[in-house]
Amino acid sequence: MDFSSINPILLLASLMVAATPIILAAAGELIVERAGVLNLGVEGMMITGAITGFIATVTTGSPWIGFVAAAAGGAGLSLLFAFLTQFLLSNQVATGLALTLFGLGLSALLGQGYNGIKAPEFPRIDIPVISDIPVLGPILFSHDPMVYVGIGLIAGTWYFLKYSRAGLILRAVGENHEAAHALGYHVIRIRIMAIAFGGACAGLGGAYISLVRVPQWTDGMTAGAGWIALAIVVFASWRPWRLLIGAYLFGGVTVLQLNLQAAGIAIPVEYLAMSPYIATILVLVLMSAGRAPGSLGKIFHASR
Amino acid sequence: MKRRTLLASGAGAATLAMMGLPARAQDKTKVGFVFVGPIGDGGWTFEHNNGRLAVEAAFGDAVETVYAENVPEGPDAERVLTQMVLGGADLIFTTSFGYMESTMNVAAKFPDVKFEHATGYLRADNVSTYSARFYEGRAVQGHIAGNLTKSNKIGYIGSFPIPEVIRGINSAFIHARKVNPDVEFKIVWAFTWFDPAKEADAAKVLIEQGCDVILQHTDSTAPQAAAQAAGNVYTFGQASDMGEYAPMPRVSSIIDNWAPYYVERTQAVMDGTWTSVDTWDGIGRGMVGIGEISDAVPADVKASAEALRDSIASGAYHPFTGPLNKQDGSAWLAEGETADDGTLAGLNFYVEGIDGDIPS
Repeated sequence: MDFSSINPILLLASLMVAATPIILAAAGELIVERAGVLNLGVEGMMITGAITGFIATVTTGSPWIGFVAAAAGGAGLSLLFAFLTQFLLSNQVATGLALTLFGLGLSALLGQGYNGIKAPEFPRIDIPVISDIPVLGPILFSHDPMVYVGIGLIAGTWYFLKYSRAGLILRAVGENHEAAHALGYHVIRIRIMAIAFGGACAGLGGAYISLVRVPQWTDGMTAGAGWIALAIVVFASWRPWRLLIGAYLFGGVTVLQLNLQAAGIAIPVEYLAMSPYIATILVLVLMSAGRAPGSLGKIFHASR
Repeated sequence: MKRRTLLASGAGAATLAMMGLPARAQDKTKVGFVFVGPIGDGGWTFEHNNGRLAVEAAFGDAVETVYAENVPEGPDAERVLTQMVLGGADLIFTTSFGYMESTMNVAAKFPDVKFEHATGYLRADNVSTYSARFYEGRAVQGHIAGNLTKSNKIGYIGSFPIPEVIRGINSAFIHARKVNPDVEFKIVWAFTWFDPAKEADAAKVLIEQGCDVILQHTDSTAPQAAAQAAGNVYTFGQASDMGEYAPMPRVSSIIDNWAPYYVERTQAVMDGTWTSVDTWDGIGRGMVGIGEISDAVPADVKASAEALRDSIASGAYHPFTGPLNKQDGSAWLAEGETADDGTLAGLNFYVEGIDGDIPS
């Protein structure tokens, strides 16, 4: 029982790292759901991004190219979802689940021969001057670039949805696609763009795991992060900044339970592991219904 | 991918069996392997697969091997095993502790097929068990770790709280304390054999809490990568040499060498001399190897570690030699007394000096 061995500064710093893949994937899914599409394939797109990013990085030696490839891989898989749900009008829940299973299998196939290989290192950047600030420096300003990309993505999502015309149109499509259609907006096109964006973000999140956090490739290595991202979007009631809080909560619990164990504090791991999910359920119960985008998960066809 | 071919062939064989046709062709001996991780994990499963390849190399066309990777421990393993049997396997190695129940259940249904379960303790007429005395290697690791640590904090990533893992923790601790009385162990349970993300997180947490040597009883190289990123942290290869991380952070390793055993047991099946046995070999018989101790270790420590290794190999020294107390302070082994295999096989307590509880 020795709390003193837990360094709160390092705890908060590693919490930000642990939360980053979830932030990236959840920000993408938030845009998708605000456009009225429920894509349950986040896990599949993440793992696909993880392997395409890993392959590109190992091949070219550049993690940045890897991240671009990961975004492309995730977006590519999501376009399959877009084609099935937007043109063939298939059920979004079933298609999303299938996408996850497909992504897990596809990534295992692509990853043959990449098991156990080391990825080139992705350098951490210590922002000059401000990374030397006591306490805040190590927590906030001494990470790898993708951590800031994640936070920037949340800020960008917030600004886009709240202040940009395109964001308002996207929300209109998500709230009531028939009304948006009547106003002359191209519902299908907007949704496809949103889905592709969501796929690209999920791919980035997956690549963060395979390139930075671990960093190596193994089958199924995202280990449920995509499902957590989905839960966090609901937890955040489809608002970007709340999403950030949710992701830090999940990331924090992950890191905290290991820290408590290492410090010799015997809290059963299971309790800590389930606490964020319980929090999500509680938030869902406490919040008034009807916050979800009005057309979420509904199929749109101009003839109806 | 292999697993899917297996599914198909299993289904085919099941149909044949239902039609009353002989499902098993006796010209080739078919040897099956059930793996808990991917063969490319660089650790535990990688070495078992090397054993499989050695069987292929030794017998050539006389044997056929099949394997299934990433098989979850639990009921799913039973399905995979049944399919392997229906696919015509004569001998099946199940290479993780958690397959014990499944192996016993399937073996009871197919008395003509021989099974070999790694690290377990349940046997039957057609089920052997085999394991290696990894704790002998852990003693050498503990010796090196105790000498290397400057913070006197050694991190240990445990997989599951089973006797095999607890033996390793105790053995490493005893020998670290012997050379460094101030040493303390920080133990994190990952509750997985193979999950690189979790293992990396666990290693990072231990490093953040001041550990400068990390021992792992999980199978991936992720903790090695985390230690390398941190800089001055030492690690040991687990199950396989993990030599790509030498000379730093990996300063030595425990190498599981299953190949001779697998070849010998396959030969026994081919000769019809196979019987149920309980094998537990260590450094002496070559089942446990100590990987090259790198230059990051001072020469005198390297020499004393090698002397320790050799004395264990020759049988002159037993890693669990008294006086040793249990964690609660009660006496376990008297001066000069060594632990018997029965006690070791079911070891479920820490020795004196280790903090924390073993999770149930």
